Amino acid sequence: MPKLKSLEDLKRVREEAQRSIKTRTDTGTTITVGMGTCGIAAGARDTMRAILDELAKRQIDAHVTTVGCIGQCVKEPLVDIEQAGQPRVTYANVNPSMVPRLIEEHLIKGQPVQEWAVGRLSSS
Amino acid sequence: MRELALHILDLLQNAVEAGASRVILRVDEDRVGEVLNIRVMDNGRGMDARTVVQALDPFYTTRTTRHVGLGLPLLAAAAERAGGALDIHSRPGEGTTVEVSFRISHPDRQPMGDLTGTLLAFLLSARAPGLDYSHRVGSLTFEFHTDELHAALEGLPLSHPAVQRWLVDYLTEGESLLAAG
Repeated sequence: MPKLKSLEDLKRVREEAQRSIKTRTDTGTTITVGMGTCGIAAGARDTMRAILDELAKRQIDAHVTTVGCIGQCVKEPLVDIEQAGQPRVTYANVNPSMVPRLIEEHLIKGQPVQEWAVGRLSSS
Repeated sequence: MRELALHILDLLQNAVEAGASRVILRVDEDRVGEVLNIRVMDNGRGMDARTVVQALDPFYTTRTTRHVGLGLPLLAAAAERAGGALDIHSRPGEGTTVEVSFRISHPDRQPMGDLTGTLLAFLLSARAPGLDYSHRVGSLTFEFHTDELHAALEGLPLSHPAVQRWLVDYLTEGESLLAAG
């Protein structure tokens, strides 16, 4: 079997990240996707994939993480967007087709998509 | 769930919920013997014999936020429908192993689906335990160990944007080599 993309590549990724001031510090944006049984069954994994694709396509740096069930199963897939200095916004029933608008309006224009939001948590 | 990869993600999340620090995932496709075997081993809190039986009951869950736990019963049903079986070995304080098998060519066997997406969803979990992964298809094997990734990253998290992009490529490449072979 041919040798895959190697760990040497990953070391280069790390060195580059550490060189760049922008990425050495926290990017300031974290997107969290609910990934309990309920989220998985509702399509959360594909929503996460769509988020990763959209971020890569638009060259936006954001941390993406997954969490277990938080007890609002009927609203899965749940997606939280947290930006430094901004209230955390939770979006409900986020399917992959909603992701481009979410990234465009919330991350690029800085305007949360009110009609999809189920909650806001002040950052203070 | 539509694909086996989603069931695998559910098993991995169970290990996270059980407080595991280490998870071993083996996916073994024996094309000659016609058996697809999936095994998830964790060192989480484990279950006693009674809880193992309850875990296969859809109206049982350890969760307090809802009253049904469908993951394992759904997977057991999927395996039985496709000429296979599901086994749970667990001991309190030692961890849990879930092993599930399918007849590869059985018409009711669900497709494997997006294993790369499953691995990403797990690796990007805020509380992800260490993972030793291997996927064998016939004579080809793709494997990785998160310890090696973390050693190369020297503290940079897997959720870092540049690392995420690398992971997507790395996993996609590994899985597609198996598909080609």
